[in-house]
Parts: sequence; C-alpha cells; structure tokens
Amino acid sequence: MAKVKKKVKSIKIDLDKCNGCRACEMICSAFHANPKYSSNNPARSRIRLIRDPIRDVYLPVYAGEYTAAECMGRDKYVIDGKEYSECDFCRASCPSRDAFKEPDSGLPLKCDMCEDDPAQEKPLCVKWCLNDALIYEEREEEVEEEVKLGEMEVGLESLVDKYGLQKVTDTVARMSKKS
Amino acid sequence: MRYAETGYHLEIDLSRGNVERVETDPKLTELHLGGLGTNAKLLWDRVPPETDPFSPDNLLIFGTGLLCGTPAVGANRTIVSTFSPQTLFMAYSMMGGFWAPELKYAGYDKVIFRGKSPNLIYVWINNDKVEIRDASHLKGKGAVETAELIKQELKDPNVQVAAIGLAGENRVYMASIEQGRSSASRQGVGAVMGDKGIKAIAVRGTKDVNIARPAEFLERCNDVLKYIQHRAENPIKNVEPIFEGLGSPQEMKLIDEKWHTTGFMWGNARARRKDYWTKDVEEKWKETQESMRTRLISCYNCPMKCGAIISVPGISTYMMKCYSKLTYTMAAYSDLDFGFRIAQRATDYGVDGFSAPQTMAFALELYEAGILTDQDMPGMPPDTEGRFYWLLDRIVRREGIGDVLANGTYWAAKQIGKGAEDYAHNNIKKHEQLPLKLGMLNPVYFLMYCTGEKANITQIEGQFPQEPFPKREQREEFVKDWIQVPDEKFKQYFLDWEPRGDNSNPHYPTAQMSCEIVDWMEKMHYIDDALGVCAGLSSFPLKPPYHIHNYPAFISAATGIDMDEAGLTQVYRRNRNLIRSVNVRRGLRRADEKPPEDHWKKRFPELEEKLLDAYYQFKGWNKEGIPTQETLKELDLAYVAEDLEQRGIIKNG
Repeated sequence: MAKVKKKVKSIKIDLDKCNGCRACEMICSAFHANPKYSSNNPARSRIRLIRDPIRDVYLPVYAGEYTAAECMGRDKYVIDGKEYSECDFCRASCPSRDAFKEPDSGLPLKCDMCEDDPAQEKPLCVKWCLNDALIYEEREEEVEEEVKLGEMEVGLESLVDKYGLQKVTDTVARMSKKS
Repeated sequence: MRYAETGYHLEIDLSRGNVERVETDPKLTELHLGGLGTNAKLLWDRVPPETDPFSPDNLLIFGTGLLCGTPAVGANRTIVSTFSPQTLFMAYSMMGGFWAPELKYAGYDKVIFRGKSPNLIYVWINNDKVEIRDASHLKGKGAVETAELIKQELKDPNVQVAAIGLAGENRVYMASIEQGRSSASRQGVGAVMGDKGIKAIAVRGTKDVNIARPAEFLERCNDVLKYIQHRAENPIKNVEPIFEGLGSPQEMKLIDEKWHTTGFMWGNARARRKDYWTKDVEEKWKETQESMRTRLISCYNCPMKCGAIISVPGISTYMMKCYSKLTYTMAAYSDLDFGFRIAQRATDYGVDGFSAPQTMAFALELYEAGILTDQDMPGMPPDTEGRFYWLLDRIVRREGIGDVLANGTYWAAKQIGKGAEDYAHNNIKKHEQLPLKLGMLNPVYFLMYCTGEKANITQIEGQFPQEPFPKREQREEFVKDWIQVPDEKFKQYFLDWEPRGDNSNPHYPTAQMSCEIVDWMEKMHYIDDALGVCAGLSSFPLKPPYHIHNYPAFISAATGIDMDEAGLTQVYRRNRNLIRSVNVRRGLRRADEKPPEDHWKKRFPELEEKLLDAYYQFKGWNKEGIPTQETLKELDLAYVAEDLEQRGIIKNG
C-alpha cells in the first residue's frame, strides 16, 4: 500500500489539571446531538471522565474502536498509590461495559475530534476545558493508506456481531418494505 | 416537548411506599421558573401552616433549577425545601455538586417526599426505575461512607448520592445533607430527611435534556465561558484577595487567611485577634494546607475550583469547600491542622459548618461561666480541641448534654436557662450565623440580615461592594466596566459612597438607595435559585458572568418562553412574595426581623426603624412586613391574598 501524509489530531490529557467538572462530557453530547446542541446527555458522550474523588482518580478517556469481544484478562494498574482498572484506560466500546454506547440502542460511539463543516477550531471538549486538562495538538505523520469504515458500517458491524447477519438483513428488508 | 425542564416530578409517599411520576403544569414554569420558585409553590399549596416540621405532612422537596443539566455553565444546584425544625419557617437550603443534573438526566425536575418510612430506607432512582430500598445496613454510617457503600452496592461509579450521617438520623437541628463536595447544610434539612427515614437518595440518569433554541443558547454559553476567562485574567483591583475573582470564596486555594483570622470572630463569635496572622502562622498553615489538599475540584459543568479533596494522614479522605475550613479552627481557638481533622468527622456525621462549631463554642462558654457544670459534662477532656470532639460526638448522638445542644444555641439556651440566653447571641431567626462583629451599622447589610428569607448572613449579598473604596479614582475605575448594574444610578451610588463624612455609613447609602441595592442583590439570588445557577458565577461575586441583562436570553433560548428583563423581574417578585407569604402564614412578623444584637457596635434604633419602613414600603408590604392585597394580586398571587385574608392576616382593600 502507498504511504500517505496524514494530519494526526491529538489531545494531550493532563490528569493533574482536571477539576472533575465533566463539561467535556456534556458539550460532547450536545455537539453530537441532532440538530446540534438541541439536547445533551453525558451518557451519549464520546469522552468519559473516570471519576472517583475519594481516591483522587480523575481520568478522561476518549471513545475509540468498537470491538465485539471483551478482553480475557482484566488487569489492574497502581500508579502513585492509586489503583486503576485496565478498562479505565481503554477506549474500546466493548461488551464488558456501558461506556461509549448509545444508552437507548447500545450502538457504539467513537470520538471524531468534532470534525465538522465548517471545521471547529478545536474539539469542543478542549474548548470547554478552561483548566487546560485537555490540550489540542496537531502533527503530521506518514502512514499506510487504508480503507476506513464509516460510522454506519461500524454500527452495522456491531449489530451483525450481536444478532447475526441474517437477522439484520431480514430486519432491514422488513423495514424497507414498511417505508 | 418540554425544554430545559423534563416536565415530570417524582412523588414519593414514604408512609404508603408509593412512587409516582407526575407530569407538571408548564404554566407554573412561566410563573415561577423552577427550583426555589416552584418548591415554594408546592409548600404553599400542600403544607398547611400549622404543620410541625417533623409531621408526616411536612414535605421534603429536592428541586433542580430550571437550567440544571443544560449546557449553562455552573447550573448544578439542588434546592432543598421543607419546614425547618430550628427556625420553624421555610428552610432555604441548597447544594451544588452533581446530583441535580443527574436527576434531570434521569427524567425528573424534582423529588417530592411526604409521609415517613417506618424503617430506614434509601431511594434508588435509575431513569424510569425507582426503588425504595432497605437501608438498615447503613444505619449509623457516615454520610461520605454511605455514598461509597451505595455506589459499590449498585455497582455503578456514576451514581450520585445525597446522604445524611448520624446527625440527620438523630434529627439534630444542624444536620446537613451531604453530596460529594457539596452539602445542603443550613436550617436542619438533614434532620427532616432523617425524620422521614431516608438515609440517602441515589440517582443515575441517561436521558436527554432538551434546548428550545440550541444555536442561540450555545452562543450565550460561549459568552459566559469567555467572560470567566476575562475575569480570571482581570481580578478586581483595590479589594481583598477573596473578592478579586469569581466562584464561592476561594478558601481551598488561598493560603493567606489574614483577612478572616484577624477580622472575623474566634470562639463563640466573641473575640477578634488582630495580631493573629504572623509569618510563623502563615508558614505552618501553608504546610498544613499543601500537605492535606490533594486536588482542587469543582461541581458539575463549572470551570471554577471552589472545593478540594482533603486527605489527612491516618483518617478518611473527604471533600471540603469554602469557609468550613475556618469555622472549627476559629471556634476552638485552634489551628488549621485541627480544622481539617475535625471537619472530616463533622462531614461524615453530616453537620452544618456554621451552626455546629458555634454551638460547641457556646457550650464551652456556658461551662466556663458555670452555667453548665461537670455534672452536665461527665468525662469531658481538659483541652479545648478534645472538648470539641467530645461535644461533637454527643451532639450527633443526642447523648446527655448533646441532646440539648443538638437543637442549636437558641433552643438549647432556652432549655438550659440560668442566663444561657445571653450566650446564644449570634442568631437570626433562631439560626446561627457567620461569626462576624463590626463597628458601624451598614444600612444595606442591616436590611439584608433582617429581611432575608434565607436567614443567613452569607450568600444574600454580592453585587454591590461590601465597603466603600477609599479613593474616588479607585471607585471611578471600578464602575468603568460594571456592566452588571441594572441601572446606571447604582454607579453613582457607589461613586458617592465614602468611608467617612456625610456620604458614609450609616446614613449613606440613603434608605431609598439601600432598598434599591438590596432589591437588586436579592433579585439576582432569587433568579439563580430558581434557575439552579451557582451564586459563585452570578449573585455572589463582584462583576459576575451572569446578570440581569443576559439572563433573559438564556431563559428564552433554553425554554422557548419569551422572557425579558421586566418579565424576569416580575418572576423574581412573584417568588419573593410567595416565599414571604409562606413564612407570614407561619407567623413571620416585623418583630422577627432583627440582626444579631451585637453584630454592630454602633446601632441607630430610629434609623433602623426608618430603614425597615422604607424597605417594606418599597416591597409593597405593610408595616408588619406582610405583602398587601395589591402587591399579591399584581403578581398573579390573588389566591395567596385570599388565603391570608381568610386567616385574618391581611384585610381586604
């Protein structure tokens, strides 16, 4: 495959600066509402704040790829005396937890860096984080060209994993007859 | 579709174990907005004035503000309304944190409790699924510990828990409701929760909160974010550090406590220690604060950092905010290390950080004076700090003398007698206040202390500086970007206000000006408390991001209700008069409207009467502080007027 130049958008997360307000979750869900900002619901957010004040755990995590299978092992990390589950750092929308799934349909969610037309100056979670726990950075990398699945394909794939291809095809066929 | 609000209440009858989801009347939102306003309406409609606070007929309402759960920055307040066992009037207690937005996301604007549960229970609200669960295993547990245990039990770290500790379970009049870094502490709302048999309310919500005009609303929110940044970069000049910025007083951040420790009172609101703050003290306190403060934290959707996680080596971690940092320290003539240590226990017991230390210092004064004796205090340790722990343990269990003290200084003094009343000297309407004593009467503060329905010196002020600036140039600079004033004339009032001479306290601001200033401050607090916006971004600090000129646009865009400044002022006046009427119906009269006797050294009885007369008249109230027929009718409160007339409280015409 050919090498291509790619702009990599990244968010630097400084856990020490997080005040735990969850504005990132709120504005993410509002931005991705349709129409934009017409509703908000942190349970639909593509960023989650793993928050356990008594143990001083403040960890914003972004939604990454959907995966059909959960991990075999669930390891634990201890950092500066604070215990984290391996899942705390994981970006996957996976069967082991509710995070990064639409609360009503269970469809997987993934951070899209608020890519939009016209483009946002930076992802909204970063804009709303006045404490600079989230800092937006861009860099260029050379990567192999690849075919990426669109949002609908990812969603369909998760439905196929859950119900089987036959059932999904039947349902789509039935729905198209109705309409 | 309903916008900003969910349009549903959760009604829980604890005597019958009945839970109902009830649709609300959108007309009431137009009339009262939400939060405090609609809470008051419920109390007026449903709780007869003769109801004892510990009667099953008393309601305990957890109301979210209208903007809670929307993107409006800092809209996260829960307004807890009930009748107070201490003041016997409507309790006006509130908390920030994360609970109110979570309730909105679960699909409810309020939870309304009536009746009493025979056994200790907790309520689990998980979207449409609501359970009343047994809490016998949580009996006697601390409020912080209870929240942790419930989260483990429900296997969901995102559950928000409001809980009481031992104090609430034992109906201690200074019992708080604790919730993460926040608490509804004032006026004994925790005691009513305990009386109803509710140990905790756990909430988890995953539904949407909707906005009527999204693009417009977001633009307003962005303006607020920008203004918060602007204020962070441009602190107010010529004021103490505590007044420079936004948020509630930045006690967790600030190390310099010269202003509080040398200006406010120690012990039972008794002694000033003008020379207390030395280099040595500052170094020691700095070390204490920096070693115990793990992180500065906020409430939901707010960039401020008014709270902190406090980890005292060897004891449990807890969260603290604001002035409770100093209330125990100063009441016990101790230091910050002691303050952080005892506040951990007090928070887990769930007690108010003003009333509890004041009551303990009061008890020790009575002991020193021989009014309480060794017979009353068997086994009390010899040192003051030890005595504070000893008293705290007894108050929250209502053991021995603790049972008397648990009712606060006013009721305890009455029960103890032998001149104890003179020691309960720092109350307004039977409620303990910020320990502050000053020289010259300030007419604006006089009116706020006397007439505020919160019965609370703190958090009624905010928009207008507490003191005149010494130089005219400083005042001129201050008014330059004072966009928050409802009218230009307030700038002139401030410009002409001098520290000494003709234009100084107590005769300036004049009675008329004082009425206008108080009304402005009160207006902003009432609007905040109906919207659920934290006073720390609005009515409490100087030059806040929310004000009377931008609030109408927020409300209109969020709800679709057409609101302008005149309309919003009318809502404020309606809510203000409704709450006054709720209390008037329970007996509130002019005689109750007094500051603590010794709050100012220099008092002016004639002027004070003139100020009260002017204020009542300004408000459209009679000489007793009761709203007149005309006032009530003009505010769509004819039904209130009718009721007050039937009871013979006001006359027709």
